Amino acid sequence: MDEVTKEFLIESYENLDMLDRALVELEKDPTHRPSLDSIFRTIHTLKGTCGFLGFSRLERVSHVAENLLSRLREGKLALNVEITSALLATVDAVRRILAIVENTGAEGSEDYSELIERLTILATVDKPPQGPSAQPAVVVVVAPSATAPAVIAQLAPAPAAPVVAAPKVAEPAPEPLKATVPPLAPTPVAAATAVQATASSATKSAEPASGSDHDHHPAEKTETRARGMSDTTVRVDVGLLDKLMNLVGELVLARNQILQLANTYSDPLFVKMGQRLNLITSELQENVMKTRMQPIENVWNKLPRVVRDISTELGKRVKLEMFGKETELDRTIIEAIKDPLTHIIRNSVDHGVELPDDRLSSGKPDVGSLVLRAYHGGGQVNIEIIDDGAGINVKRVRDKAVMMGVLSQDQANRMTDREICNLVFHPGLSTAAKVTNVSGRGVGMDVVKTNIEKIGGSVDVSSEVGKGTMVKIKIPLTLAIIPALIVASGGERFAIPQVNLVELVRMEIGQGNRGVEMIYGVPVYRLRGNLLPLVYLNKELKLESDEEGKQRQPAQDDAINIVVVEADGRQFGLVVDAINDTEEIVVKPLGKQLKSLTFCAGATIMGDGRVALILDVMGLAQHARVISEEHDRSRRDEVPKRAVSSEEKQSLLLFDVGDQRQMVIPLSMVARLEEVAPSEVEWTGNQEVVQYRGQIMLLIRVANYLAASQSAEPLKSKNGQDTMQVVVYSDHGRSVGLVVGRIRDIVQQTLEVKRQVHQNGVIGSTVIQDRVTDLLDVAGIIQQADPSFYKDQS
Amino acid sequence: MAETKQFCTFLLNDFFFGVEVLKVQEVIRYQEMTRVPLAPCMVRGLINLRGQIITAIDLRLRLGLEPRKDNELPMNVVIRTDDGAVSLLVDEMGDVLEVSEESFEAPPETLQGQARELIRGVYKLKERLLLILDTERTVTLSTL
Repeated sequence: MDEVTKEFLIESYENLDMLDRALVELEKDPTHRPSLDSIFRTIHTLKGTCGFLGFSRLERVSHVAENLLSRLREGKLALNVEITSALLATVDAVRRILAIVENTGAEGSEDYSELIERLTILATVDKPPQGPSAQPAVVVVVAPSATAPAVIAQLAPAPAAPVVAAPKVAEPAPEPLKATVPPLAPTPVAAATAVQATASSATKSAEPASGSDHDHHPAEKTETRARGMSDTTVRVDVGLLDKLMNLVGELVLARNQILQLANTYSDPLFVKMGQRLNLITSELQENVMKTRMQPIENVWNKLPRVVRDISTELGKRVKLEMFGKETELDRTIIEAIKDPLTHIIRNSVDHGVELPDDRLSSGKPDVGSLVLRAYHGGGQVNIEIIDDGAGINVKRVRDKAVMMGVLSQDQANRMTDREICNLVFHPGLSTAAKVTNVSGRGVGMDVVKTNIEKIGGSVDVSSEVGKGTMVKIKIPLTLAIIPALIVASGGERFAIPQVNLVELVRMEIGQGNRGVEMIYGVPVYRLRGNLLPLVYLNKELKLESDEEGKQRQPAQDDAINIVVVEADGRQFGLVVDAINDTEEIVVKPLGKQLKSLTFCAGATIMGDGRVALILDVMGLAQHARVISEEHDRSRRDEVPKRAVSSEEKQSLLLFDVGDQRQMVIPLSMVARLEEVAPSEVEWTGNQEVVQYRGQIMLLIRVANYLAASQSAEPLKSKNGQDTMQVVVYSDHGRSVGLVVGRIRDIVQQTLEVKRQVHQNGVIGSTVIQDRVTDLLDVAGIIQQADPSFYKDQS
Repeated sequence: MAETKQFCTFLLNDFFFGVEVLKVQEVIRYQEMTRVPLAPCMVRGLINLRGQIITAIDLRLRLGLEPRKDNELPMNVVIRTDDGAVSLLVDEMGDVLEVSEESFEAPPETLQGQARELIRGVYKLKERLLLILDTERTVTLSTL
């Protein structure tokens, strides 16, 4: 049995237990709307799930039950004993089918047409509360034959009243029914009961109930073996897991203290016990963590099938693409987004993506595209579901909302299109012209919203008619574990989420380095020719008074640590006192007293048990006014100008190749500088290579491509033990290593070619630091050494 | 027999305060705190209470009393609230007292300032007055 089915079983058993309770409660108080809604949703979910798992019997049973519930919800029917017992009988039937599924993997051959008819008849009976609108608008033909499509919904000429599913038993139904009945099932009884029930309207209750009891026999022996599935897994309250993890965190701290103590004691037994404790604690911590974190892949794995089944059923063609599968989510979040996500996907395929012919005629490829994307960003987990379908017809939603009394005409007119789009989350609102067994009843999206908001997330829909729809789910990081860089500033530690990090710059003062420059008192730093605004964390957060800062300044001046971070597409440098380590941190929320601090995304507990704040880079940028729209725009305009200006100073890498000549290349062409031990060099064909970050990187000895190199053999031959200086050049994900003699310096200067040569691996010559310096023709040399390097990319 | 209530009592600048004993989760000694920059001044910092991060509010500052001297270490009274636990920093702990409802009286009209908002009432004990703190209001800083 596959995992999807297993989970379906576990979940359904739980739901059914809940259903029993809710139904009984509802019977006590038939007007209790929330429990009716919850029953309806449960059945709806059940039907949907078995729909895509291919349990057509189960789906049929739940579909008719849903129809009946739908009528109850609309107030077209009043709940009575008969309906309740029929619904309870449905719950029992569903249980039996699930038991068979659990034992055999298939849903068995039991026949439930009698129950289906009973439900259908109950739903057909009209108790019109207010006259004419109760005309059956939709005829649902129930065809119990296994090969026929489960449900065919036919739309009668649509009346103005809300579309109502009012199924009728189709006349030919009994025929195929007889044909498919297994020998054990009491067909004649079923048929007879059905006829009787049709004839005697709706006042009967006892006979149909006993009739359904006959069906029990085939399932009874499996019943005792059932629930085997629930034995292998235990569902644990997430709150308990939370507690467990907190306690393990404390245990880790206690362990750390004991280990420190153990170091001062010389008692070998104590040391040994300390080590044991250490091992056990680490393992415990690891496993408790594991119980909580899961990649989103676990949820996504099911989706291709969901999409496939729905699109096949609807005759649509959809290509599903998924990005960011590895995004780790907390267990709580995984649980909570599972159903909403499935709902959204089903909606996208059902209502979003059009039929192939329609797509072609509107100039789109016939295969619709559905893109799922997940990423950590802005301090949250973001999930986007994007389709390129028909989009939401804002006008229709508006009209429908007004018609259903959700909005007044006035309100509707005032609302923006975006707000209207988000009305799809309103309970009971559906613009679908017909009710299919996939979706369209107007439940679902409200459940989506409720579930996501329950975990403190938000969901937003944006859509363009004809272009497609994007549903964006944002879930807070609460309790998610993220990698973060720990920095220190003003005597405090802060964690900066790794997602916001761009690079770390350590600037030594002196060495001809201009360092931090000021524009009207605003500090900036030239990072590879671009101005990087600097924010001093200690000043920004007022961590120390001005005098304190001044006193410390001279001592700290020998080096400045800049953490280059990015927020909203804008980079800035955060100046901190010290950069510690990267750590996996557990994000914990702050109390409501501190909610107003935008620079802070939460807090975490460090290894020593103390608390550190997690910086919200976005909030910090806003606080420091690094981000403002004007600034952003002016900068963007500036960029191209800067690129063409030849006057611009840039960082240049000076090196030699073992002789007296000084060579230079722009630092921007350098991906990294590496030292390679000669022992790491391997050969492929007649070329030297090294293994570099999972790739095989070709080494090019620059000296061999320069005209004058024969006179000066590279350094390495003099001393075999010397490491080789390698300048790594990357392009389109491929790297080559340029072996040079010695890295001399990095200077900031305009690169002005004084003499064009363009031969022997040199483009030209210039003067740097009062020395004639050759500008290396990197592209030319690579071309010579590995002609395929550039070719493969095009 | 008049109805009685239990209060967890503590001293604050020689005032005798009490909070309902059921609201108190625990009382712990001074803990090292992590400063929260830019936060309201009465937020003294964050403490780690067995893996839970808790905001510590200095009651002296919250009630507009003069700040504690540097060498005096406060105690933490951890209060349960709807949004998780919050720690109140006080000078010294007192006993848990059982007081009779009869001795309760609303704070005098002449009481002004922050104390007016935060003190729910006064129990007239034999030897001194017990001021009762409204914990929900005390931990709500947004009004400031």
